[in-house]
Amino acid sequence: MSWFVPPWKLREAGVLSLNARNALYIAEGNPRRLYPRVDDKLLTKQLALDAGMAVPDLYGVVSNYHDARRFERILDGHDDFVIKPARGAGGDGIVVVTARLGEGFLKINGARLSRDDIVHHLGNILSGMYSFGGRPDQAMVEYRVQPDDVFAAISHLGVPDVRVIVHRGFPVLAMLRLPTRVSGGKANLHQGAVGTGIDIATGLTAHGVWHEDSIDRHPDTMQPLSGITIPGWQRILELSARGYELTGLGYLGVDIVIDRTHGPLILELNARPGLSIQIANRRGLRSRLELIDREGGKDLDFAARAAFVRERFAA
Amino acid sequence: MRRWHLLALVVLLVATAVSLIGYKTRVLGYPLSPATEVESWVVEARLAFEPGSGPVKAEMAIPLAPVGHVLVDENFVSRGYGIQTESRDDNRLALWSIRRASGPQTLYYRATVARQEGVRKPQGVPALERAPEYGDLEGAAVEAILDEVRGKSADIATFSSLLVRLLASPAADGNVELLLPKPASPEARTRTAIQVLAGARIPARMVQGIRLGSGASNLQPEPWLEVNNGDRWIPINPADGSHGYPKDFLIWWHGDEPLFSVEHARQPRLQFSVTRSLEPALDMVTRQAELAHSPVMAYSLTTLPVHVQNVYRALLLIPIGILLIVFLRNVVGVRTFGTFMPVLISLAFRETDLASGVMLFSMIVVLGLAVRFYLEHLKLLLVPRLAVVVIVVIMLMLLVSLLGYRLNFDVGLSVALFPMVIMAMTIERISIVWEEHGPADAIKQAIGSLVVAIACYLAMYHPQVEHFVFVFPEVLLIVLAITLLLGRYTGYRLSELLRFRAFGEVARR
Repeated sequence: MSWFVPPWKLREAGVLSLNARNALYIAEGNPRRLYPRVDDKLLTKQLALDAGMAVPDLYGVVSNYHDARRFERILDGHDDFVIKPARGAGGDGIVVVTARLGEGFLKINGARLSRDDIVHHLGNILSGMYSFGGRPDQAMVEYRVQPDDVFAAISHLGVPDVRVIVHRGFPVLAMLRLPTRVSGGKANLHQGAVGTGIDIATGLTAHGVWHEDSIDRHPDTMQPLSGITIPGWQRILELSARGYELTGLGYLGVDIVIDRTHGPLILELNARPGLSIQIANRRGLRSRLELIDREGGKDLDFAARAAFVRERFAA
Repeated sequence: MRRWHLLALVVLLVATAVSLIGYKTRVLGYPLSPATEVESWVVEARLAFEPGSGPVKAEMAIPLAPVGHVLVDENFVSRGYGIQTESRDDNRLALWSIRRASGPQTLYYRATVARQEGVRKPQGVPALERAPEYGDLEGAAVEAILDEVRGKSADIATFSSLLVRLLASPAADGNVELLLPKPASPEARTRTAIQVLAGARIPARMVQGIRLGSGASNLQPEPWLEVNNGDRWIPINPADGSHGYPKDFLIWWHGDEPLFSVEHARQPRLQFSVTRSLEPALDMVTRQAELAHSPVMAYSLTTLPVHVQNVYRALLLIPIGILLIVFLRNVVGVRTFGTFMPVLISLAFRETDLASGVMLFSMIVVLGLAVRFYLEHLKLLLVPRLAVVVIVVIMLMLLVSLLGYRLNFDVGLSVALFPMVIMAMTIERISIVWEEHGPADAIKQAIGSLVVAIACYLAMYHPQVEHFVFVFPEVLLIVLAITLLLGRYTGYRLSELLRFRAFGEVARR
């Protein structure tokens, strides 16, 4: 593989550039006033619940230091949970706790967390350490998703999720994000998770990308990444398509986790989804976005839109 | 629609800037580069005298828009005297006055002039209706000379030349001898020429000027002859009848009256001295502008007080650095901490020099990071932790300054202008990225920020750029236009050619 690719080849492959994403799709399709719906995960969760869509259970919200010191009250007997900043971005500040360990807790990567560590972390979240622009924030404590067994062989710790890029309500490109040892159980590609392309029509996984290099096997388990059927694919397509009505955003990244018992759950939405999904799929976004703009009708409902992409984007 | 709007705006901005810059360089003579220098001369007229009893009034001729030169600056030095200037016919006078003076007095007039190929302003053509009355003997001599010259000449210019040459010839005939007894000074020769020309009803006048040599002192004014051909004044060398002024002749005064007069004083003496100097062209244009009152220049930065100018010298360069950052981030794809943090860091580098600035910056960030990682153990809240880092950064700088002073390099003394709060925020950001994304990412971004800061420094403080932006602030309109265009640049970033290299294979398949 040459170490760089000439721009005309990228254009030929229909690869969307960061500048084009920002100027043509985010600036045009995503009105600023709608951002809180995705930037504030509490609000997203509420909107999704109102629309009757499945989301992970919210155990409680910590919004001041007083609550932070008494965070155990909202756990209500749960031993595993996830703490995340309501306005965090890129997976920063998320702590996954898998068990209690005497006085303290156990983090997903096996590190021990004392009670004070958690209170301190909650304090950091409240003071805005992970929020955009450093604004004061709230911390959410929610249900820890139990990943479906399908992913056991190709995931290290953490919970894999499915990222779907949705343009004007049409799911255009999807990938499975698999935590690795390097990513510390997180499913964000820039933190070292593996991305694997998913065929929109069938829900079958294909090649992978890791640190922006193409790979075919999971770096920790060495299991092949391709050929896995994502369970509940039709529901995932429909859930992500509904993200459009939920937020009103024209260009959207929808993150969905697949729980062993609850099935696909909306985890969070993103108004500025990254572009590595193109590498994972070895397919450019731009050509599909343009096809939607040309041929995607305006008044289709989510089921029709999901059917449209299954038909048009079949390999 | 939006695209045309943007393009129209860009074209408008660039056209405005280019035409303003063009006007300033072509018409007003602003130099494009800082190194341009212009030859100029400082001419000093020194009028010395012993005061008598009673109030002293001194008059001295001073130049007024001399042809072939431009008056860039002038000043009067005279302690205790009232001073005013006055126009008289085609001339200008300086008038000094004092009620009482004792001891030897010296009055100075100092003019800075530069050569300028100028168009001569049309001057009034005097009428000479009547020939002057000559005595019998003189009249005959004048008549004879005029007859002789008239036969050989074609027009007023050649007529005057021939006449001057005849008067100047060493083997003079009797008629000339009668009018101009030998040995004749150039001044007497000029006077005689004017007198004879008047007989032919040709208006003529004396011009007095100074030769601009280098380092000459104790100069005396030289006379020159100007004849009028009904259209313009033609200068003629009284020594050999050739036309035109020499390049280094500065016209001081028109007419044959003395250059100065002093009332109630003894032994007045007037001396000229000339020194040649090279001045930056910008100073020259600026000072000229102050005398000329050009409307565009009234809005020049140089009309502001110096301390305000210095503020703008720094401020006007920021857009250059910002443009570079926009380019590096949106076209190249370099990652930095904070959007415009590198520009602020490069501003700080200016206070030190580049090498020691970079050294200092790295040192403080590394030490600050060490402190920040130590603080992690104490589990402080965000705002107090930031405050601690700021305090520690300031103490580190103090330490560096004290050490530097001891070791005799004064680098540390100028670090006070390092933007401490920004450094503290940078340290905090680096440490978060370090924890969340690993040291590789943090170091990559930190080096990116530093490289961009260095690039900004080099671009902003290039002498050519500094000069250009200060003299032609309208260039910021071009910077604005480029930024607007970059704002709609939807092509690939250079970094994306690397990032999406997997697609090189896809296309081959």
